[in-house]
Amino acid sequence: MHSLAEAIQARFPDGFLNAQEWRGDLAVTVKREALHEIGRFLKDDPSMACDYIVHVSSVDWPDEEERFEVVYEIYSIRHRHRIRVKTRVPEHDCYVDSLTDIWPGADFMEREVFDMMGIRFNNHPDMRRILMPDDFPEGYPLRKDFPLQGKGWRDTFDFLNEGAAS
Amino acid sequence: MAQLEDQRETIYKVDPAHPETKDLPILRTEELLLNMGPQHPATHGVLKVILDLEGERITKSTVVMGFLHRGVEKLAEYGTYHQFIPHTDRLDYVCAMYNNFAYCRAVEKLMNVTVPERAEYLRTIVAEVQRIIGHLFWLGTQALDIGAMTVFFYTFRDREILLDWFDELCGARLTTSWYRIGGVERDLTASLETKIRDFLAYFPPKIDEYVVFLEKNRIWLARTVGVAVISAEDALGYGLSGPTLRGSGVDYDLRKYESYGAYPKCEFSVPVGKNGDTYDRYWIRIEEMRESIKIIRQCMDQIPKEGPVLADVPSVTLPPKNRVFTNLESMIQQFKLFSQGFDAPPGEIYCGTEAHKGELGFYIVSTGGGKPYRLKIRSPSFIHMGAFDYMAKGYMIADAVTIFGSYDIVMGECDR
Repeated sequence: MHSLAEAIQARFPDGFLNAQEWRGDLAVTVKREALHEIGRFLKDDPSMACDYIVHVSSVDWPDEEERFEVVYEIYSIRHRHRIRVKTRVPEHDCYVDSLTDIWPGADFMEREVFDMMGIRFNNHPDMRRILMPDDFPEGYPLRKDFPLQGKGWRDTFDFLNEGAAS
Repeated sequence: MAQLEDQRETIYKVDPAHPETKDLPILRTEELLLNMGPQHPATHGVLKVILDLEGERITKSTVVMGFLHRGVEKLAEYGTYHQFIPHTDRLDYVCAMYNNFAYCRAVEKLMNVTVPERAEYLRTIVAEVQRIIGHLFWLGTQALDIGAMTVFFYTFRDREILLDWFDELCGARLTTSWYRIGGVERDLTASLETKIRDFLAYFPPKIDEYVVFLEKNRIWLARTVGVAVISAEDALGYGLSGPTLRGSGVDYDLRKYESYGAYPKCEFSVPVGKNGDTYDRYWIRIEEMRESIKIIRQCMDQIPKEGPVLADVPSVTLPPKNRVFTNLESMIQQFKLFSQGFDAPPGEIYCGTEAHKGELGFYIVSTGGGKPYRLKIRSPSFIHMGAFDYMAKGYMIADAVTIFGSYDIVMGECDR
């Protein structure tokens, strides 16, 4: 296993779930409850020093019990290493602790995850939609059960009957 | 809302008992809410910012975006990997080539495809030409926002030369789609090589020309020096990248530290600022144009004279067009790649590329099959806007434009 993953496992034996390395990318899956502590450890520990947040993303796995996956990609400028931290969330309890207090840049990125996937973040300063309108009624567009053409108000459009004109 | 109303109605009265002020009329100050955009010429597209003002000072700004949201990430899940290349053109529509490059690199990492050497050099040359175009576009519009109109005409004159060059290369000026997974679409022609060599001689004196316009211009200096200062630590925490991060003194350039293309074979330096203000971000872009010229020159000297420009991996890369029309197997290959796509291995990758705005990354989750299961675009413009409230606090209304101008935002990429 990668040395960084071993360090996380040694420090958080309960929170650590598994680590994968593929195509040179290290991904660590952790328990949702431990995410914030592990984030704090990754930022503050001198051997980690992950001061740069790359992106926050989410993946929908509708057939699995813990349906959503929240992905944080972080980087250390000093040590030049990259870690992807992932955690799973069930649909009925769709909450993750926000990492905004560790990396302030997570603010917009977490809002985007909420907007697109409907995962809410605890202790987030401004948990609103960001790309879709605030009153968007159709749900969360990047979920797998959301159709590509959207749903809702477009079905109520009156289309002109082109054949009737001639 | 009621609380906000109360706040705005607060009336500050002068002490009526004081001998000096007792005859003065009642002064009334209030916090003003100013709505800027989405239809504003200096917002580089459709961005709306709600500014809380105290006099002319910004106390809080709320960014409202999404006016150009087209659901590109959703669309990606419904098409094959090849079909997504034209969508990447429309992310950052002033610099399509670099988006293509970033996306193709991500898919190549997923598919483990090696690009032929000549193609690597061509990709690097075109990417650096695109970087110059991006910086010229930025310089012109940023100067225009600040009120220096002349620079705009000069930078756009030179940008036009390069866009014509793109036109000859791939038939399009802006939405190019020239990169392919595993290489590029077509080789340079002889006349293009001459043209790019001419440009290398022509361009460096022009950079000095722009600098003359700006570097001793009192207005330009007053509007950029010491404006929107952000420390290195904060810039990292906000996830800033590219010239915006390097302006704060952080040496982070993926071309150097996670090198790709032909960059490892070229010598170039990464300009790093000191003060983290708008002026340093401008200075870095000027210096980067000079470095780009160096890189292009080295690539033109080192590039192998002959060789394929597209990897020959039949399960992933497209067959050459002339073979498609004459050879049955190639036609089937082309048909299968476009109708079903190639079979990607299950897994997930993140691949970041140093575009001229910052780190443009693609996070791809594959569960096998021809379509990405999830594709996330890490667009620098979106992430830079996250720092806007922090950076604009305490500056004047007029600076708001120069602050998000200094990120070089393009809303197509910001809203995706």
